Amino acid sequence: MRREGSAFNGLGVVMLKELADHLTSIRFIILELIVMLIAVGTVWVATQQIKDTVAEDPFLFLKFFTTSNDPLPSFIFWLSLLVPVMAIGLTFDAVNGEHNRRTLSRILSQPIYRDALLFGKFLGALMTLAIALVVLWLLVIGLGLLFIGIPPGGEEIARAFVFLLVTIVYAGVWLSLALLFSILFRSAATAALATLGLWLFFYVIWPVLAGELATIIVPPDPRYAALGLQTPGTVVLEQILARLSPSTLFGEIVVAILDPTTRALGPIYLSQLQGAVLGAPLPLGASVLIAWPQIVGLIATTIILFVIGYVVFQRQEVRA
Amino acid sequence: MSSDTVIEAKGLTKTYGRAVAVDHISFSVGRGEIFGLLGPNGAGKTTTILMLLGLTDISGGEVSVLGFNPAREPLSVKRRVGYLPDTVGFYDQLTAADNLRYTARLIGFRFAEREKRIAEALEQVGLSDSADHAVGTFSRGMRQRLGLAEILMKGAQIAILDEPTSGLDPHATTELLSIIRRFKAEGVSVLLSSHLLERVQSVCDRVALFSAGRIALMGTVSELGREVLGAGYVVDIEAEGAGLADRLALIPGVSGVEQTGIGKLRLHADRDVRPEAAAEVVAMRGRLKYLGVQEPSLEAIYNHYFESKPDEAPKEGTRHAA
Repeated sequence: MRREGSAFNGLGVVMLKELADHLTSIRFIILELIVMLIAVGTVWVATQQIKDTVAEDPFLFLKFFTTSNDPLPSFIFWLSLLVPVMAIGLTFDAVNGEHNRRTLSRILSQPIYRDALLFGKFLGALMTLAIALVVLWLLVIGLGLLFIGIPPGGEEIARAFVFLLVTIVYAGVWLSLALLFSILFRSAATAALATLGLWLFFYVIWPVLAGELATIIVPPDPRYAALGLQTPGTVVLEQILARLSPSTLFGEIVVAILDPTTRALGPIYLSQLQGAVLGAPLPLGASVLIAWPQIVGLIATTIILFVIGYVVFQRQEVRA
Repeated sequence: MSSDTVIEAKGLTKTYGRAVAVDHISFSVGRGEIFGLLGPNGAGKTTTILMLLGLTDISGGEVSVLGFNPAREPLSVKRRVGYLPDTVGFYDQLTAADNLRYTARLIGFRFAEREKRIAEALEQVGLSDSADHAVGTFSRGMRQRLGLAEILMKGAQIAILDEPTSGLDPHATTELLSIIRRFKAEGVSVLLSSHLLERVQSVCDRVALFSAGRIALMGTVSELGREVLGAGYVVDIEAEGAGLADRLALIPGVSGVEQTGIGKLRLHADRDVRPEAAAEVVAMRGRLKYLGVQEPSLEAIYNHYFESKPDEAPKEGTRHAA
């Protein structure tokens, strides 16, 4: 009962076409312009801040990504806001667009499997985003060099690079969510709204809701409250709930990678801090290890969403 | 199956839940034949086509396309069969040639072969001048022709065309039908579906009339005409000569002669009596201006068939079209 031939027949062709389509689309150019503006703006603002406070920080360069200057938020804030929007913008009409243009049945009547089309669309969009993010990353580093004139150290570049990779993985989550919705909804506008709605829910509402839910499920202990402390059970549950959101996971990874002094992502007991030199930076490997569960979580979410979309797409009727 | 049969379906069935879209249909298409699947929207034509291409699951029965099973060997089938979907779509922002290039890459043609095939295919459908124009500017007729160019480029042995003429103006329809005839001339089998009976009648070698998921009638148009209408041949003659009507009435097989105009006669016969009629006119030293046999109209066959069997008539709303 094995099916004939490779499921990846034509994958490269689809991927390259998607890539070419995206890179020449007005939609992408607009998104890229916004991102560029924000990059230049935030790096310039960060430079002003850094010039006032520097001197001793061994990880000066990473400050470009994390420094905010009231009322302007930091670069990573903008990035965590814009990466999902870009990802959704690229794939919300991936499959339903082919349906609506009535190209789907014509393409699938060529000697390829549906797998190749779906994989190609995902990889094409991911490569597009990766190209945009690499450009952005180089831009920030270049501008940083230009503005403060101090070259970054090896570890700083390594950390910035891991940050870049994680951002691409984060983009993958929203890409596969938008791809899934483009399979589920025949109307591109509905798919875009549903994906953006879900993103807003996870980005804005869920963190608040997680706290409220945790308080309801595990009510705070008045004895802790009397000491001015949070109840450990409540805090732990709140964090577990909050981590269901990819935005939370991404935020935690960024903190661990870009701030080398981060020792844990969550509540720790005093006993766990025994012997620790507070404020001392961790090596990169240790920082990645701290964020590893979150990174795996993002990759797993991407794969699960993609697989759901894949199964639905395989069973879908191709007729328009 | 014989070497001259390219598509063979036996008891092909498609069900959606409890609804039956295609109900145990059997037919075969020979090499170089133009076979028409005719019937109202929702009769199961498109579903049948999608099953032949392996684009939808087969619920029951057997089908073989060029000796391959579309459900098990879809790539082999799709490599050899060209498909023009109902209201075909292209990428509007790309040029005609670029649209074909994408398909050619998916098929796996190398660069040199690709360009040669694309240029030839566009030439054959008369789109060479528009090769570098964006498809967004194309009329519907041009899109349909581009779809046929894709099938030509593919070098398909079977062309499956779903409603190729729907929504086209008469001129575009004529052009399209002439390209379809060229397929036949090149030995390509054509399976075409349509709800426009008259148009299709002129190109099809054989037709299958679909009704509510079944093939109600199958055969050549004149076979169906005799079977359903019961009428024989109607031969029109335009000739001059005294007493011609009486002479013609004596031809064996002629059941009646009527005068339809000055010098115009209509013969009703149980066979094709054109040769004898011509011989009679010539023998009388009459002047023969016109001699023709009326093909039974597919539409008349169709209407007559479903009038006589109202229980089998296509019901509105029972099934939805593509």
